[in-house]
Amino acid sequence: MSSIPNKPVPAAPVQQGFVFLPLIAGWLVPGAGHFLLRKWGRGALLAISIVCMFAIGLAMQGKLYSNAHDILEMLGLLGDLGSGLLYIVGRAMGLGTDSVQLTIADWGTRFIVVAGLLNVIAAVDAHNIRTGRKS
Amino acid sequence: MFSPSHFTAVLLFGVFASTVFGITQRETPQRMIRYGLYCFSLFVGSAIVLSWVMYLIAR
Repeated sequence: MSSIPNKPVPAAPVQQGFVFLPLIAGWLVPGAGHFLLRKWGRGALLAISIVCMFAIGLAMQGKLYSNAHDILEMLGLLGDLGSGLLYIVGRAMGLGTDSVQLTIADWGTRFIVVAGLLNVIAAVDAHNIRTGRKS
Repeated sequence: MFSPSHFTAVLLFGVFASTVFGITQRETPQRMIRYGLYCFSLFVGSAIVLSWVMYLIAR
């Protein structure tokens, strides 16, 4: 039996920089947190899914929540804010301001809220990869 | 204005949500795909089952 020479094990690369950068970038731009961590495929799929869901919600005449007068509107606003820059740009362009009068517009509103919530999940996932909790 | 049928909306919702769930909740690509397909089947399957339940209740 031949002895296996001891090869020096390369040390795990120590990631420098701001730990929360992927989390913040992922929240602002869907998929950006994974792109920063060079997870190109995952980032692209997340970006496509979240942006498409948000855009389809707007195309269905969904509403972007703009105030928090009651608890339901507050929760909707929190969900919308999860989309980061998508929400801010949408508001700046005056999208999603019509009141919901059709069933399809109600579904669109849910699409937009869920896109924001999914973006938060994706941003937290990027943070977990950054901190080493997930590979 | 984009106005899909109810079932098309469920399919779209299921595809996007399952993609994100699969990528974020599992570690390896193979398990991501399996979990994404599992979530998608649950989304669509539960929508079909609940639709039939509501149809039968309304009769």
